[in-house]
Amino acid sequence: MSAQTLYDKIWSAHAVGKRADGQTMLYIDLQLLHEVTSPQAFAGLELAGRNLWRVGANLATPDHNVPTDNRELGLDGIVDAVAKQQVVTLDENCRRYGITQFDILDRRQGIVHVVGPEQGATQPGMTIVCGDSHTSTHGAFAALAQGIGTSDVEHVMATQCLVQSKAKNMRVQVDGALRDGVTAKDLILSIIGAIGTAGATGHTIEYLGSGITDLSMEGRMTLCNMSIEGGARAGLVAVDDKTLEYLHGRPLAPRGEPWDLAHEYWVTLRSEAQALFDSNFRIDATSLIPQVTWGTSPELVIGIDSATPNPDRAGDEAEAQSLQLALDYMGLVADQPMVEITLDRIFIGSCTNARIEDLRGAASVVKGRKVARGIKQALVVPGSGLVKAQAEAEGLADVFLEAGFEWRAAGCSMCLAMNPDRLQPGERCASTSNRNFEGRQGHRGRTHLVSPMMAAAAAVQGYFVDVRGML
Amino acid sequence: MKSFKRVTGIVAPLDRLNVDTDQIIPKQFLKSIERTGFGDNLFDAWRFGDEGAIGKTPNERRINPDFVLNQPRYQDAGILLTRGNFGCGSSREHAVWSLLEFGFRCVIAPSFADIFLSNCFKNGLLPIVLKEKTIDRLFEMIDATPGFEISVDLPAQEVRLPDGERFEFAIDPFKKRTLLEGLDDIGLTMDHREEIAAFEAKHRKRMPWVFTS
Ligand code: SF4
Repeated sequence: MSAQTLYDKIWSAHAVGKRADGQTMLYIDLQLLHEVTSPQAFAGLELAGRNLWRVGANLATPDHNVPTDNRELGLDGIVDAVAKQQVVTLDENCRRYGITQFDILDRRQGIVHVVGPEQGATQPGMTIVCGDSHTSTHGAFAALAQGIGTSDVEHVMATQCLVQSKAKNMRVQVDGALRDGVTAKDLILSIIGAIGTAGATGHTIEYLGSGITDLSMEGRMTLCNMSIEGGARAGLVAVDDKTLEYLHGRPLAPRGEPWDLAHEYWVTLRSEAQALFDSNFRIDATSLIPQVTWGTSPELVIGIDSATPNPDRAGDEAEAQSLQLALDYMGLVADQPMVEITLDRIFIGSCTNARIEDLRGAASVVKGRKVARGIKQALVVPGSGLVKAQAEAEGLADVFLEAGFEWRAAGCSMCLAMNPDRLQPGERCASTSNRNFEGRQGHRGRTHLVSPMMAAAAAVQGYFVDVRGML
Repeated sequence: MKSFKRVTGIVAPLDRLNVDTDQIIPKQFLKSIERTGFGDNLFDAWRFGDEGAIGKTPNERRINPDFVLNQPRYQDAGILLTRGNFGCGSSREHAVWSLLEFGFRCVIAPSFADIFLSNCFKNGLLPIVLKEKTIDRLFEMIDATPGFEISVDLPAQEVRLPDGERFEFAIDPFKKRTLLEGLDDIGLTMDHREEIAAFEAKHRKRMPWVFTS
């Protein structure tokens, strides 16, 4: 057999067999559930008179819809009746089927992609699915983690299998370490800027190289999280000491003898040296600078020292038109330097950048400074109740509060603005989330994607600056 | 699932690259626990000049006359023609549900995003990939010919133009059968339940730590 990639290994360890159609039934170890994409799946299951294949393979938490203030009110704090019904429906479904849920009042509640790793539910070599495209986050632990639609959520509930054809292998090689003030977020934005939002369609990405081993687990999660923005359903990082160290002692991670057994297997989860990839991309991390998106797709990204593109210099008519559409929507003009752009709101949060390390990074910039007068709102929304508690214990919450930030309870919040946290039409936001699509953070709102440190710098200045000058 | 065989209809041209699922159906409409009720809010931020809310019908809304789907000539379109990487972004299957409910049975583009593509096949929406050049030509023909209709023939794997010109398209044979027969995808996997159970038993021995709860 030819040398295997990490993806090949996990795939073959979970391939149950093929259906008549030639597609593979891939056994799923863990399904994460949240309130927005699961209700129709539960309803479908019931309608067809089917049962859950393996209750213990499911873990749920509400995140997309939950308000981030008045959390002590629990369900009563959800003003929007339709949103509340979704959260209540998740409660009911979990109770009925016996699924473990961290509900709205549980301190372990949070964004599903923050909660999984934090609890140790996400483990190397697993296959993981969730009705959410950022499931790719969990690939940081060498787990094959994919976002799926609601029909597939139901499919996995009923059969414990995801039916699909194998993707191709793509290698993203990152050489050298990131410099101070440059983060995993800047790295993944640069990669997407280079390969484009469809650059990895049909592939599973594996991130390799000294730039990856150098990253913390938090950084690797940020990287894998945005694999989907490059078109890949899944991103992977091989197991190393950092992976094992992060997992050891987590509530749902194995302990004692099972840990030793798992450990023995986990350390084999890496691509063989001779393994061939279908496509390759290489980037030098040492030369990167902080990145800011200027347009309405994550690939429309540039360094903080650059200016918006000029459609007159575009390669062809179609590209020129597409650049102009993005500039118009964003309320920007051609050749506008990024450092001139002033902001209305700041959002530090989301499954991309709401872990403890992200909050530490932002707080280090904010410390001893104040949110600029022109900023209407600066929000910090921790990724989970436990991240929140830890940040409070470390004094980070005080740093944010003293500077004039709002300190909220965990959830997706202004990443997609399904709850009350959102932009007003025309408002401009520096956001640590992952999507700058039109209206993503509120009807006609404008989003610039940045790292937590860059968002913090923008908050205190009122406009974009190179955070490296503030360290 | 609805089956799909042939469709003849008006083609609506959506000349944009990277149309994401947030545009196809914005998040404020995802709060429903039903599988229906999304058609009225397809491309909401583009079709309307005001901000939508659940329960508000299109009659109560300010129409954006510039948006292509609002032009009288495309009112009854059953086929959507668009650009590359259609359906990127969020995994929300609501995007496919809203396209179907609005009246589209088929989307033609040079490429689609992966999750969107799987969601199409689960619901009987036919995604067709044609070459960039062909797509360019179709855009031109639609623009030049009011009432431009095409026929999509799944059994023959062909797109037919009014003048008789044909374009073949590729489709996985099984996915084709699923669409033609409207098969129950979960049922097909359930037929393998013993195989899955046997695999699970083996897997449990190999990776017991996965099965602790
Ligand atoms: S934080 Fe944003 S991207 Fe992440 S799961 Fe929530 S809505 Fe999706």
